[in-house]
Amino acid sequence: MIDVLYFAWVRERIGLPKERIETQAETVAALVEELKGREARYELAFADSDALRVALDQELSGFDAPLAGVREVAFFPPMTGG
Amino acid sequence: MRIVVQEDRFDIGAETAAFAAGRTDMGAIVTFTGIVREIAESPLEAMVIEHYPGMTEKALTEIAQEASRRWALGDVLVIHRFGRLAPGETIMMIATAAPHRADAFAAAEFLMDYLKSRAPFWKKEITATGDGWVAAKDEDEAALDRWQA
Repeated sequence: MIDVLYFAWVRERIGLPKERIETQAETVAALVEELKGREARYELAFADSDALRVALDQELSGFDAPLAGVREVAFFPPMTGG
Repeated sequence: MRIVVQEDRFDIGAETAAFAAGRTDMGAIVTFTGIVREIAESPLEAMVIEHYPGMTEKALTEIAQEASRRWALGDVLVIHRFGRLAPGETIMMIATAAPHRADAFAAAEFLMDYLKSRAPFWKKEITATGDGWVAAKDEDEAALDRWQA
């Protein structure tokens, strides 16, 4: 089981901030493909993955990163702090 | 080092005074304050700031630690708010203390450049004609390049 978190417009498009899912995906990219196959709202949120960032256990990461041992995955747009 | 992520307002003057108090070895303190700014196109009603609790504090701490490695700093302060803010309200502040001003200025610029695109905050503008997420700018990402020496 893995916790998947969504922020900003990703959260709005998917319609929830967090969910716990069972997945066999080995990488972030595979998880994204799996989510996109679920429902149109996921397809919409992940349509342009260049516009997205991912964090694994609260560290910025890449879409090719492995998910083995990861407990928390977060998807969000580029950050706009300050 | 003090890193604070909060919804409540804070007093820039009081925070700066507290940061400076008792440090007779620091010749320079630089502060930067970010304010919710009115936009020309459409009257801004509010700015809503979302963040990633846990990762935010961690990312800000890492950025401040990196600044402390690069420059001779005595102390670093970062306060960043989240939630709904009205135009004119203070969003965030940073302060750096160093024996000499060059280190304090450079570290403050470094902190702001990294905080803008590496700390997990997202801004949404609420206007009379609709709401919209603020898009990251290419120049914000490019600003990081100058620190990759």
